[in-house]
Amino acid sequence: MSEINKDIVKHTANLARIEISDDIAESFTSELDKIINYVHVMDELDLEDVVPQFHALNLMNVMREDIPEAPISQEEALKNAKQTENGQFKVPRML
Amino acid sequence: MDINHLSLETLAEKIKSKDIKPSEVVEAYLERIKTIDPEIGSFLLVNEEEALRNARELDERQAADDMEGELFGIPMGIKDNIVTKDVVTTAASRMLEDFVPIYDATVMEKLYKENPVLLGKLNLDEFAMGGSNENSYFKEVKNPWNTKKVPGGSSGGSAAAVAAGFVPFALGSDTGGSIRQPASYCGIVGMKPTYGRVSRYGLIAFASSLDCIGPMTRNVRDNAKILEIIAGSNLKDSTTMPDVSSDFLSTIDRDIKGMKIAIPKEFVDGATDEVKSSILKAKEVYESLGAVVEEVSLKKTKYIVSAYFIISSSEASANLARFDGIRYGYQAEGVDNLEDLYRKTRSEGFGSEVKRRILLGTFVLSAGHFDAHYLRAQKLRTIITQDMNEVLSEYDLIMGPTTPSVAYDLGSKLDNPLDMYLDDVLTASSNLTGMPAISIPAGLNKEGMPIGLQLIGKHFDEATIYNAAYQFEKKVNLHEALKALSLEGK
Repeated sequence: MSEINKDIVKHTANLARIEISDDIAESFTSELDKIINYVHVMDELDLEDVVPQFHALNLMNVMREDIPEAPISQEEALKNAKQTENGQFKVPRML
Repeated sequence: MDINHLSLETLAEKIKSKDIKPSEVVEAYLERIKTIDPEIGSFLLVNEEEALRNARELDERQAADDMEGELFGIPMGIKDNIVTKDVVTTAASRMLEDFVPIYDATVMEKLYKENPVLLGKLNLDEFAMGGSNENSYFKEVKNPWNTKKVPGGSSGGSAAAVAAGFVPFALGSDTGGSIRQPASYCGIVGMKPTYGRVSRYGLIAFASSLDCIGPMTRNVRDNAKILEIIAGSNLKDSTTMPDVSSDFLSTIDRDIKGMKIAIPKEFVDGATDEVKSSILKAKEVYESLGAVVEEVSLKKTKYIVSAYFIISSSEASANLARFDGIRYGYQAEGVDNLEDLYRKTRSEGFGSEVKRRILLGTFVLSAGHFDAHYLRAQKLRTIITQDMNEVLSEYDLIMGPTTPSVAYDLGSKLDNPLDMYLDDVLTASSNLTGMPAISIPAGLNKEGMPIGLQLIGKHFDEATIYNAAYQFEKKVNLHEALKALSLEGK
């Protein structure tokens, strides 16, 4: 049974805040289905007692001195924003 | 003097001995870019005015014998997912088309200390997602050896620019093979260092537990030199490893007699005949140098792409959540409310390959799928690491092809994303395990397309990789072929 269908793709796109047309949802469904089917090759391994490795290096709790530095200026921080007002980021209404 | 094909090392010497002025060097490179790059498409931005101004300043310092820096007057190109202060950085995405960074990546700070000249920013697959450089929002890149072929990706612009003689060196980034695969397709040297060797601060994040920045050059010594410069622990990236030496050149010419090299059967089995025979020839070269080369088995090879795809897409979906249209980057117009702004901005700003990976990542991380996919992939990562460590406990290096085949035709894999993903089978294990790996030219096939040899080493043992790569290059090299690479009229 296929894990992916068009409704799941549309739901997932909604979670990722991406709009996709019906056509695109159709092609994504078949592409993602192929990919998910392919990755199931790993089901043939018994991984029950294996400890997952989330990172390549064994670094833990890396600490540094807390040295105060000049922060970036408000002007610089806003430099790449499309809309600003009174030195702040401007967004459309929430609802 | 053919300035465009001198090694970085020779070029640096000629500048220091005042044989040649930095402005002459920069002009020669800019001229070649102007004449030939319209055919290739490797640059997204040529920083001409600033580069010439910078070079003339260096001319004055040369005249005054004030030539500090190991890269004094040396031109460079930087993959456009590495942020450069005041120089537009796009990640080849509509999302960042007009983004002007307010700071430099750590690698840029380290390079600038050595006084090079930035010629411009290099093309890539959008957000470094892809293996052919056809996913750039702006333009595709063509392989300088044959402009009907892909240059590889995602660092396709960097590889093509180095091969075509547009820059003596470039930086790329590698998440599943994005430095090594294009290096292999374009016949140059590309190193993915150990994870933690080079700071990722200022690299636009794709998959943070896999991403590495590394050098792309025409020869091995130049590559080692650049890695020495950009390496080092960094307070701005807590995943950099403190207290490891980054000296590669002092041991690069050591005798490799008795060095033990493993060839995994699975790496060679999946390759085309011409790639196979090229790797077998490389084996003979190493044996003639006194190395012991033996066949081994890496039984988990067939699971690598699955683990890689699940992990990299998951991390990408989280990393790319930051693009909201508000603080920087593209912003959609005509929206009703905030939610609508996010949706339209992301739908219009991202290309389809990026969306595909965000959706895959969001799917495998969503409720009900996390254990079945994401957690299994991370467990698989443990097993793949054990598999490789076992071999590297008995051998100094693992060798094999970088890619199963040579560069393919432009457009030929666009309709089949899975097919393109499977190309990462020989490169992605080094990203999952964090191990360093290089691709160097092993030879050319009958049609004259380059074949890459990959050497994988132990964590933080790039010195052994460079040593073995340099000894190989002294016996077999493509420098003459690269010089003869006639781009005019192609």
